[in-house]
Amino acid sequence: MLSPDRESMNLGALRELQLERLRWSVGHAYEHNAFYRAKFDQAGFRPDQLQSLDDLRRIPFLTKQEMRSQAPYGMFAVPMREVVRVHASSGTTGNATVAGYTRGDIELWATLMARTIASAGGSADDILQVAYGYGLFTGGLGAHYGGEKIGATVIPISGGNTERQLKLISEFGTTMLACTPSYAINMADYAARHLPDYRFPQALRRGIFGAEPWTEAMRGEIETRMGIDAYDIYGLSEVIGPGVACECSEKRGLHVFEDMFLVEVIDPESGEVLPEGSQGEIVYTSLTKECCPVVRYRSRDITRLYREGCACGRTLIKMDKVYGRSDDMLIIRGVNVFPSQVEAVIMQVEGVEPHYEIVVDRHGAMDDVEVRVEVSEAIFSDELKVMNALAEQIAGRMRSTLGISAKITLVEPSSIERSTGKAVRVIDRRKR
Amino acid sequence: MNIPQLSVFLENKPARLQSVLRVLAENAVNIKFLTIAEVKDFGILRMIVDKPEAAHAALRAGHFTCSLADVLAVALDDASGALLPLMETFASRGINIEYMYAFTDRHSAKAITIFRFEDAEAAKAVLMEGGYRLVKWVAPGELQA
Repeated sequence: MLSPDRESMNLGALRELQLERLRWSVGHAYEHNAFYRAKFDQAGFRPDQLQSLDDLRRIPFLTKQEMRSQAPYGMFAVPMREVVRVHASSGTTGNATVAGYTRGDIELWATLMARTIASAGGSADDILQVAYGYGLFTGGLGAHYGGEKIGATVIPISGGNTERQLKLISEFGTTMLACTPSYAINMADYAARHLPDYRFPQALRRGIFGAEPWTEAMRGEIETRMGIDAYDIYGLSEVIGPGVACECSEKRGLHVFEDMFLVEVIDPESGEVLPEGSQGEIVYTSLTKECCPVVRYRSRDITRLYREGCACGRTLIKMDKVYGRSDDMLIIRGVNVFPSQVEAVIMQVEGVEPHYEIVVDRHGAMDDVEVRVEVSEAIFSDELKVMNALAEQIAGRMRSTLGISAKITLVEPSSIERSTGKAVRVIDRRKR
Repeated sequence: MNIPQLSVFLENKPARLQSVLRVLAENAVNIKFLTIAEVKDFGILRMIVDKPEAAHAALRAGHFTCSLADVLAVALDDASGALLPLMETFASRGINIEYMYAFTDRHSAKAITIFRFEDAEAAKAVLMEGGYRLVKWVAPGELQA
C-alpha cells in the first residue's frame, strides 16, 4: 500500500477529511469558475451551507452535456498560466469534454496511479509496458506518470503495433502490462495466430486493464493466455483519468480513492440518492482538484458501492466492476441489458473467444437483436448440427440468463474489427 | 482407410468461396472434390485435396477457421445399385451416418464414397467385416481404390 495513512483510514477520520476538503473544493469552484457560480446561484446554493457531507445533496448534478457545452476552457477554475496540460475525451458521441490540469493536479493524478500500480502488486522493481494510447486520451500518460511516480521502469510504447508489443514484452523483460482488456486479448490472439513459437515470458507477472467494462470471463482468458494476474482499474477523463478506483490483491471489487473523491450512487431515472449497496449510477465529486473541480458529476457508470473489510487492509469503499455505462445500456423490448452481460453469457460457452458484436435493429415495433460471434478453431466443427447446436446453446443462455431472444450469427474470424483501444461492441441501428 | 478432409467455415456472402480458392491456387493445391453444406447464414466447405497439410496451413495463415480431420472413404463399383447393399448393412447394424458424399475417381473408375459417422470405429469394423474396399491415401495426393 502506497499511502496507508489514507488508504486504511478509519471511517470517522475519513469523513472529517472529506468534509474539510469538500468545503474547499466547492468553495473553490464557486469562487473561481463562472459556470459553477451561476449554476449554484440558480439553485439557491451557497458553499457556506455545507455543514455536513449530507449537505452535498443541496447541489444540483453536473452532466456530461453541461461539461461539453463549456468546452474547451469553461470548466477551468484557475488562470491559464497555471494550467500545464489538457486532455479530452474521445468525443465519439458528440463534442469532446476537455479537462485541464495544474502542476498540482498532475502530481495528484500520478499519486493515484502509483497507488493503483501498488494495489496490483507493482513497485519500483517493475518494468511497466504502457500500451494504452498516449495523447488526448488519459490512459497512456496517466499510467506513464503513475509508473514513474512509483519508480517503475516505464516503456512508453503506446497502443498499436502488436508485433512490436510482443517483441518488447520478451526482449525488455516487461513485468507489468497496462492496456485495455480488449487489446490484451488482441495481443494474445495475434501471438497465437502469427507467431506460433511465441510464449509470454515468465517475467510478465501482472497487468492493469481498464477504460472499458470487462467481465470475469475475460479476466480468466487474459490470465490464462498470458500467464499473469489481471487487475481492473477505473477512471474517467472528466474526473481525472485512470486512478479513481482499482482492484487489490483480492480481485473482488475496486477500492475508490475516497480521500480524493466523494462518491454517491443515485437512481439514474429519479436522481434520488440510494443507500450503500444499491445498484445505480455513480456520482463523483472531486475533493482536491484545482483546475477542473467536479461537483456531483453524473458518470453514467452503473454499478454498486459497498463497504466491507478487505484482506488487503484498505478501508476504502468498494465498487463492483462497472456493469456498463447508462448510455451503453440497451433497452431491448423493455429489458435492460449491458454489453458486458452479453459477453459474460457467450464466454460461458467453452472455446468462444471474446470477439463479438451486438447489432440492434427495429423491424416494425419489435427490436431485433443479433449477436455476431466469431468462430474460432476451438469451436469449429465440420458438422452443421454441431455448429447449429452451438448457436442454439448461446441463444438459450441469452434467453434464460438475460431474458432476451437474440439471433446468434456465427461469423468468420477477424470479421469483427479489432481494436487497439476501446472495443466497439454495439451497433444500434435504431438510433437514426 | 482414412482420408484427410479439409473443412472451412464460410459466411454466406459473396466472394467468400473465391477467397478460399485463391489461397489454394496460390499454393498450387488441387481440389479433388468439394461440397458445401449450408444453413441460412453460413456454410461448411468440405474438400478432398492433393496436399491437405499444406492447404490447411495456408488457410490458417489466411485467417480462415478450418480443420483437417480424417473421414472414411469406400471404393464402390461405378454401377447402378452398388451403394444399396452398403446402406442395408449399415441400417441392419444400427450405424448412423452424419453426412456423406460421393464422386467418381477417373484413375480407378471407382465411385469414391466419403462417410462421416457418429461412431467411426464401429462403422469401420462393419465395413471390414463386409469385405468392403476402403480407399487408400497415396501421398502426395492420389486416391487409390
